[in-house]
Amino acid sequence: MDIPYTTKARPDTGLFNAKLGIWLFLASEVMLFGALFSSYILLRVGADPGAWPQGLLNIPIGTFNTAVLITSSVTVVLGWSALQMNNFKAYRKFQAVTILCALGFLGIKSFEYSDKFTHYEIWFKDGHRQTGHVYHNGKKVWFWNNKSLEGSPAVTDAKGNVKEAAVPAVAEFEFHPDARHYAAAAPAELAAAPVEHAAAETGHGAAAHPAITVKSSDIRRLSAFVPSHSTYFAIYFTLTALHGLHVLGGALVIAFLWGPGAKMWKTDPERYTNRVEISGLFWHFVDLVWIFLFPILYLL
Amino acid sequence: MEATTHAKHGHDTHAETHHHEPGFMQKYIFSTDHKTIGIQYGVTALLFLFFGFSLMAMMRWSIAYPGKALPVVGSILHALLGDAVSAVNNPDTHQLIGYAMSPDLYNSFGAMHGTIMVFLAIVPLAFAAFGNYVVPLQIGAIDMAFPRVNMASFHCYFLGGVVMFASFFIPGGAAKSGWTSYSPLATVADMGHRFNGQTFWIIGMVLLITSSLLGAVNFIATIIQLRAPGMTWMRLPFFVWAQFVTAFILLLAFPPLEAAGVMQLMDNLFGTSFFLPSGLMMGGTTPLHVSGGGSPLLWQHLFWFLGHPEVYVLILPAMGIVAEIIANNTRKPLYGYKSLVYSVLAIGFISFIVWAHHMYLTGMGTKISTFFQTTTMIISIPSVIILTCLFISLWGGSIRFNTPMLFALAFLPMFGIGGLTGLPLGFNFADLHLHDTYYVIAHFHYVVAPGTIFGLFAGVYFWYPKITGRFMSERLGKIHFWLSLIFMNAIFQPMFLQGMSGMIRRMYDGGAGYSLAKNPDTISALSEKIMALNIPISHAAWALGLSQIPFIFNFFWSIRHGRKVESDNPWQSSTLEWQTPTPPPHGNFDKPIEVFGMPYAYSVPGASSDFTPQNEPGDSPRR
Amino acid sequence: MEQTVKNLLGLPELASVHGRDVDQLIIYVHYLMVVLFVGWTAYFFYCLYRFRKGRNPKADHHGVTGHASNYLEVAIAIVEVILLLGFAVPLWAKVVDAFPTEKDNPVNVRVIAQQFNWTARYPGKNGKFGKQDIGLVTPANPYGLHQLDPELKKLDLDGADDVLGGSLEMAIPVNRPVIAGISSMDVIHSFKVLAMRVTQDAIPGMRIPIHFQATATNTYQINCAQLCGNGHAGMKGVLKVLTQEEFDAWIKDKEAKAAAGPVEF
Ligand code: HEA
Ligand code: HEA
Ligand code: CUA
Ligand SMILES: [Cu+2]
Repeated sequence: MDIPYTTKARPDTGLFNAKLGIWLFLASEVMLFGALFSSYILLRVGADPGAWPQGLLNIPIGTFNTAVLITSSVTVVLGWSALQMNNFKAYRKFQAVTILCALGFLGIKSFEYSDKFTHYEIWFKDGHRQTGHVYHNGKKVWFWNNKSLEGSPAVTDAKGNVKEAAVPAVAEFEFHPDARHYAAAAPAELAAAPVEHAAAETGHGAAAHPAITVKSSDIRRLSAFVPSHSTYFAIYFTLTALHGLHVLGGALVIAFLWGPGAKMWKTDPERYTNRVEISGLFWHFVDLVWIFLFPILYLL
Repeated sequence: MEATTHAKHGHDTHAETHHHEPGFMQKYIFSTDHKTIGIQYGVTALLFLFFGFSLMAMMRWSIAYPGKALPVVGSILHALLGDAVSAVNNPDTHQLIGYAMSPDLYNSFGAMHGTIMVFLAIVPLAFAAFGNYVVPLQIGAIDMAFPRVNMASFHCYFLGGVVMFASFFIPGGAAKSGWTSYSPLATVADMGHRFNGQTFWIIGMVLLITSSLLGAVNFIATIIQLRAPGMTWMRLPFFVWAQFVTAFILLLAFPPLEAAGVMQLMDNLFGTSFFLPSGLMMGGTTPLHVSGGGSPLLWQHLFWFLGHPEVYVLILPAMGIVAEIIANNTRKPLYGYKSLVYSVLAIGFISFIVWAHHMYLTGMGTKISTFFQTTTMIISIPSVIILTCLFISLWGGSIRFNTPMLFALAFLPMFGIGGLTGLPLGFNFADLHLHDTYYVIAHFHYVVAPGTIFGLFAGVYFWYPKITGRFMSERLGKIHFWLSLIFMNAIFQPMFLQGMSGMIRRMYDGGAGYSLAKNPDTISALSEKIMALNIPISHAAWALGLSQIPFIFNFFWSIRHGRKVESDNPWQSSTLEWQTPTPPPHGNFDKPIEVFGMPYAYSVPGASSDFTPQNEPGDSPRR
Repeated sequence: MEQTVKNLLGLPELASVHGRDVDQLIIYVHYLMVVLFVGWTAYFFYCLYRFRKGRNPKADHHGVTGHASNYLEVAIAIVEVILLLGFAVPLWAKVVDAFPTEKDNPVNVRVIAQQFNWTARYPGKNGKFGKQDIGLVTPANPYGLHQLDPELKKLDLDGADDVLGGSLEMAIPVNRPVIAGISSMDVIHSFKVLAMRVTQDAIPGMRIPIHFQATATNTYQINCAQLCGNGHAGMKGVLKVLTQEEFDAWIKDKEAKAAAGPVEF
């Protein structure tokens, strides 16, 4: 007594179970990302002027990553159709490309992340703001040890003997400001210049401006471009990380089918092809999400 | 793909049950059989139902006797939770009398009572337990479409329950911000502890949501794909339709809450400000060090986008159960089967566009509020239709008053009261006065407690014989019914009065602080009359708990000692779940199933018996 | 008649103009509910009696064939539409849109909620509120008032004569429209005065204006209707509805206090 329609489609619905299952699952995924997209819109509309640091992301890299993902989408289809034409070798080749693309995408994304983790904004007490890179005894400061700039009081246990010595606040440090603050209106020549140029100016040629020394006492707030910097980066990291997890998950499944899972090709080629098709459907969805993410996070 | 697990089983179900005894783990923990999973869900959910009740029983003490030491449990709580309970000393002698519930503990219990009842008790019981056990049987399937996904769903649920339960014992205690977890309170309430109750709440919710999603996908796929030959859509029992719509609601309404949960988790752990506006001042003295720029209303929209559809998840399965039992015990078809089906579909759709009626008083303009009032009124119509159909189904029947039927019948007026009192809340201008008062509490408890819970009790009594092969005791059942009916109403009826006269929700002292006694010189404080009601309500609540003893006893006792069923179809029902051996073996049916007619072929004129099973050609045409 | 119904429903004492309509609507809806409830319950028990097995051993396969029920459902729908378009919508519009204008000479007040009390701010003689700025928020200046900043103070002329009612106390004149801007400093609270039939969530980051008009001088209680922490059950304030003279005196007294020294929160 096997469960019916696990591989053969049910005549009146034209679907086999798993295919219907994945479509339903994707429907719920649409709601998940839909909710986050709506949140993005609501937060952006509600943001106070100058509090929405758009344009700090590296558009060329983002574009390239988009291309990478689209390529993988194509190879997934090619791989699947190869299977249907009983050409297992070709399938292996194509899916190999897919998996490499997935890894490439994640690699590039993590590079983008780390770039943001060393990129700071300073709110000065006198109201003006600057973005740039913070150096402390000659090294780039990562967001997680920027605490050392603010300093911290000594930590003592109940008996009053010191557990952690007090870290004196750094009186002043080296700062490599970007040419232009994101909130500032683009100067004429910049506005005219191609987009990636503007992007470079707003963050990615640290040499754009001579280094300055900043007094800690002048600072009201200092934050790297991490989720807690602003609602923009909060939603940026949430969306991209969630999407990244989907990429990873999809890649793992595809890799499993590509490697150990491939045994089934011998025993039950039809079901194997179905599985590949389903992983492909999921992969297309993951790409689709990115197709939406890229413009709203990078361009608009 | 899951079918691979079954491939190894023999094809003849009987042979299978004989010469292949799966081990304990295989059979009870890692079972992929929809019936076992249904039972796992059922028992776990019933335990959580009881847990949710116990929390509330303690809350009711604090409401009735604020600040007074909790008898017995007080010291137990102190032993378990430490300082969370506040010590009560004798005013003169200053020696310890006992322990009372602190406001914080009350808030924890309140939030967890709501969470547990909704997400860990009623949904798993109504949707997962009954759905798992009954749906495949009723559509003539051998199992769910994805048995292993089904098992995973239960494991996620169980894990979620464990996380929720554990959160009581971590520093700071369980979540304190209501089951609605409104930000900013949810973020700042327990800032002292990094991994606080709220964090656990979110993680638990994510697990529960995952569980529900897996379940929903499985149910929909099963109902679409695995219907037996001849089981056309319009031949599905109404219960299956209810479960079908419920599954869709879960599938599409839960993800937004998952997204919201992730965002709130970021707010709590990583200092983001999704739901935190700029310039927050905690305790009026310390500015909160966050970027700000977030929106508290965003959380409410995301929560209620789930929250409202969720309430229909709580009611639809119960409606389905009630419909089955009424048809069976009136010995006649349901009135207006088609309108029932269309109504339940309508509810499913519209339930997604009414959520903001929980937010009328967040400064909503005329346009938006008009939209949501209208949709709210529209969605009340299909409910009216369903209830009307069920009422009219009684006409011309030959009503058997057995325990399941009693609960099913009681469901109608109880849900009626709950539903009708939803109307004044639906008009924002009336809600202006009733919002966040006990009127709301009474409204939805009438729908979920004497409503849904009665429906579920009915289901337990009704399908018990199929599951165990024995009846539950009728006498104990009737005792259980009458006591429950009386006390349910004794609890919730007075709350309408309290709410109407302005008693607010979520007050650990049941309003003593706002009472006339404490504020003699202010108008519109709560009168003695209203305050006095707290005590009888609490006693009724505890009595309601005791009234469950006959049920619990009956439930376990009947497994061994109940009256044996004399046939596989003891209620002489025409639906398919009774066409299996008792209890149904792995694979359910011992003969191939084909369906020939409508689900409720009772008292068909000219038929030999007063019921004609769906899978029998029958001796007279029936649609 | 109406009063008895109110007592039956348990509606509390009423002391505001628009409150009458609130009660009206509540009462009408409950008429509908009672009719349905009584009607159906009667029918219900009749069925249980008439069609019990003992009395009607053989069920009728066809049962009801007429369409009475559809008419009933349509009727319910119609009544709901009437209540909706006839009452709820227009009345709500009146409450949230039709704000009193200058010629009604309304009293302006800002109500600030915080864990766990209420504070009221008055614009003073010039009727204008001073400037606020999130950037200025500090323990000393929780509302971020320009007035409490040595530099900005000079520029902020409107705020010079602002008045802070001490916490927990708020006063308004009787029979005069009141415009209250409800906001919160920390979590979400809800400003509820039963007798005024007023409820408005106080949401941080928003200032939501409401308006009402008291009809009787007395001391009313301000409740907090939204769970806001462990002090929620005790977060009450006092709303004094005074005659115009008393009100002016009250303001003067507050001004004196303010002049005496920095406002205490
Ligand atoms: C199963 C759960 C359930 C169901 C079915 C409903 C059904 C309805 N609910 Fe309710 N509701 C809740 C659960 C539910 N609700 C919960 C949990 C809350 C509070 C959440 C919180 O804040 O914590 C809530 C809160 C709530 C509010 C917000 C109140 C506030 O916070 O201010 C509103 C406002 O519009 C509302 C409206 C309605 C309406 C119009 C219906 C309609 O669908 C009702 C339609 C039904 C009818 C109209 C009855 C028809 C019956 C007859 C005509 C026959 C009568 C016969 C006899 C009586 C014998 N509900
Ligand atoms: C499905 C949802 C559900 C259910 C069933 C219940 C059931 C009950 N609830 Fe609950 N309640 C909520 C959902 C629910 N509640 C929610 C969402 C809130 C709002 C929380 C918030 O403010 O955030 C709330 C709040 C709430 C309050 C208000 C608290 C406050 O605002 O301060 C009160 C007060 O009396 C209350 C009481 C009760 C009572 C007396 C029951 C009774 O009906 C309980 C009946 C149950 C039993 C008697 C247990 C039976 C047990 C068994 C049968 C076990 C058998 C076991 C085996 C056989 C193994 N509830
Ligand atoms: Cu403030 Cu409740
Ligand atoms: Cu609702």
